[in-house]
Amino acid sequence: MAKKRTKYFFDYTLLLVVFALLIFGMLMIFSTSSYEASMQGHSAYFYLRKQIVAVGIGLGAMFIIIFMKSYYWMRSKVILGTAVIGSVILMLLLFSPLAFSANGATRWLDLKIVNLQPAEVVKLFMIVFLAGFIANGPGRLRDWKGIGVAMGVPGALAILIWQISDNLSSAIIVLGIAGVVVFVSTKNYKWYLLGILVVALFAGGYVLLTIYQSKNGVAIDFRQDRIIAWLDPESYSSDTGYQTLQSLYAIGSGGILGKGIGESVQKLGFIPEAQNDMIFSIICEELGLVGALVVMALFALLIYRCLLIAVNANDLYSALLVVGVMAHIAIQVVLNIAVVTNSIPNTGISLPFISYGGSSVVFLLCEIGIVLRVSRSIKVEE
Amino acid sequence: MMKEYYSRIYHRKKMLFFCETVLLLMIVLAIRLGILMLAESDYYGEQAIDVHERERDIKAARGRILDVNGIVLADNVTVCTISVIHSQIEDSEAVISMLCEELDLSEEYVRRRVEKYSSIERILSNVDKSVGDIIRSYHYPGVKVDEDYRRYYPYDELASKVIGFTGGDNQGIIGLEVVYEEYLHGTNGQILTVTDAHGLEQAALGERRREPIAGNDLVISMDFNIQMYAQQLAEQAYLTKEADSVSILVMNPNNGEILAMVNVPEFSLNDPFTLSGVADQNLSQEERMDALNQMWRNDCINDTYEPGSTFKIITAAAGLEEGVVTMDDSFTCPGYTVVEDRRIRCHKIAGHGTQTFLEATMNSCNPVFVAVGLRLGIERYYDYFEQFGLLKKTGIDLPGEASTIMHKEEDMGLVELATVSFGQSFQITPIQMAVTVSEIINGGVRVTPHFGLRTQDQEGNITQFFTYPMTSGVVSEQTSESMRYMLEQVVANGTGRNGYVEGYCVGGKTATSQTLPRSNGVYIASFIGFAPADNPQVLALAIINHPQGTYYGGQIAAPLVR
Repeated sequence: MAKKRTKYFFDYTLLLVVFALLIFGMLMIFSTSSYEASMQGHSAYFYLRKQIVAVGIGLGAMFIIIFMKSYYWMRSKVILGTAVIGSVILMLLLFSPLAFSANGATRWLDLKIVNLQPAEVVKLFMIVFLAGFIANGPGRLRDWKGIGVAMGVPGALAILIWQISDNLSSAIIVLGIAGVVVFVSTKNYKWYLLGILVVALFAGGYVLLTIYQSKNGVAIDFRQDRIIAWLDPESYSSDTGYQTLQSLYAIGSGGILGKGIGESVQKLGFIPEAQNDMIFSIICEELGLVGALVVMALFALLIYRCLLIAVNANDLYSALLVVGVMAHIAIQVVLNIAVVTNSIPNTGISLPFISYGGSSVVFLLCEIGIVLRVSRSIKVEE
Repeated sequence: MMKEYYSRIYHRKKMLFFCETVLLLMIVLAIRLGILMLAESDYYGEQAIDVHERERDIKAARGRILDVNGIVLADNVTVCTISVIHSQIEDSEAVISMLCEELDLSEEYVRRRVEKYSSIERILSNVDKSVGDIIRSYHYPGVKVDEDYRRYYPYDELASKVIGFTGGDNQGIIGLEVVYEEYLHGTNGQILTVTDAHGLEQAALGERRREPIAGNDLVISMDFNIQMYAQQLAEQAYLTKEADSVSILVMNPNNGEILAMVNVPEFSLNDPFTLSGVADQNLSQEERMDALNQMWRNDCINDTYEPGSTFKIITAAAGLEEGVVTMDDSFTCPGYTVVEDRRIRCHKIAGHGTQTFLEATMNSCNPVFVAVGLRLGIERYYDYFEQFGLLKKTGIDLPGEASTIMHKEEDMGLVELATVSFGQSFQITPIQMAVTVSEIINGGVRVTPHFGLRTQDQEGNITQFFTYPMTSGVVSEQTSESMRYMLEQVVANGTGRNGYVEGYCVGGKTATSQTLPRSNGVYIASFIGFAPADNPQVLALAIINHPQGTYYGGQIAAPLVR
């Protein structure tokens, strides 16, 4: 063969989309949090400043990952083991004095310089573990043992997340990532569709059971309360339905073009901590349907770029890393918007890159770093 | 090898499948958003506004009350409420000294309010608009001048007990102001200010105004000139006869429209909470309230009296209607009559001698009317009492109408019947008396006495006509005609001579009755008259309570009605 110039690909589009989301996110965090921050006696920039620091750390980590010489070291047994054991240890640390609580749930570790939400780390670790575990032994998922490990490890961690930090949403996301990665790695459709059907039946049955119980005065737990409030938020506007209803008020008052950036009224304490999980509803209020659709389109573009990279990746390992990240972001975006629009019962899921939350944005940027690193290895022949 | 393995197409297909699923879900959510933000936008948006906005009322101007010729009897004046908003004040010393000066308040009082940390603090209400304008012209930040309406009665005491007045919240308290509240009060407007979830107002987001809708004007049948003239007459009688009170009622007997209703002493409508002529320092809160209620009472409606001889009109009408007596029937009066064991004397102790029923009416002879009453008998007399509507309230459009106090039919003996026949031993309201006589002389139509004619908006467009029930056939036209003739004779030649007016053909009847207990010598003199006698267009009732000196009805009351 004659000399062939090989040029390596780099997905600038993806990088730009992520930057756009980050900048837009910080703008919205400032818009949503400045008033309440001032009311609490903080500076108007209180939340924005903390987010900027986190984004800075995240971008640093991202670029380090992008410029790594190789990323295949991550599939070594040592690293995979470390990811699993590290995840377990991080979760168990929530029992240690380092842990602190907010809003009644213990989800954070106080590492003196920064606060860390272990569940966010576990999501990254599970992506690394799954891609490595599946790609290391071709055909591993042909028997039940392999599938058992691929689903069992994230499943166990999901249970830890759920039980220790009382964070069902993160548990579902970890399980969802595992489900998508395993799904992509196997040939079969039937079993997955069957699985989804079973889950749907269970969920539907649970909803029906809850309706039956509440109609007949049987005591229900707080999760069932949320289901009832989901079905009829206006009847529970003072307690379980409050947040949802306030979110709907914000979305509804946005109209087509919104009230203009900074003009939201719902952020004035009506939606508690509007910079967190409900930030999308304030986006709707301030920027209207048009703004909301633009944000959704950015996420769609981000997922599409991930798909392109995964499809063109050099090998299964690289592809699965990207698929894991793509699944993570896609699941969170869909669930977040579904919650905010009261399409599913209320559960706390943040909007990637936009919601306030240091741990989330740092580890998401690490994941984007991995995807971009993978993209750099794709050869473009000229 | 890894490469080969990966080259299998199904991984890619599945990635694509996943992405397609995500895209589908996102499209579904986008549609959901579209529904929320387009179709349901108004629904949620309005609820959100409800949550965000704090309402401050803007008072609506209350409708005026106009007499039949359009003279304004109850009006509004603009007054101002001065308040300060602590957080907006820049120079509190300047504000304090300005407010002290303009409002004539003590520095201590103003300072305490200006320096108080509150969202809005009221300094003074009911400030004249001119003063409010001056304060506004200083343009001091944090000083708010809100305009407001206060009721104003240009003729102060005129028809005070009929028109009534309003309280601090511009709501009617007595009189027509209460009865026509729903037409007069209008709809308050609102200033809507956006607040945060903690209730703090967001000045930057501005405010919306919902303009108030003024109340409708009420046009009443009262004629200012007649009311004014009647009041002057009543006051004159009140002073010259040193009476406790004097009431005059003028109405149209054909449709029940009341042209004047005077109850002297009247009170000041612009200052209704000051007791007139009473040193109220020593009164307890309760005693003070009782005294005020007493002062506000409308004697024509709220109190009953013994009608006395004027009630002979009813006995005569019943007797004629039933045919137990005619105008020309002859009677003899020895100065008294005996019913069972009671001796009932005539006011003329020597007796009127032999006379026709017409003459007996002119003489107001008690024994003759006792005889007519006895001819009718208890049952028939009671039936007429009921038929004439005397047991029911008249339904006048004023609050607190008193009921008739009458014997129960089964408790009535002949003695009671005899006394009722010449208007004693029971009580009715003056308005009841006037309405009953109206129906006897107007051809037998029971009318509903009323003031309210119609309501109209600020531009004079009529918004509501009031109609009132009328029942015809209470007495026959023939009886009515006879009664008109007889009562005209009373005025022309009988006890009602003082009611005679040159050039007018007047009918009427006088009365003098005692209040209970009989021994205290307290009398009520009254006269009821109408004109023209052959086709009555106006009916007047004058009642003088406890006149000193001469106390015979004809001499006092009849000239008033002229």
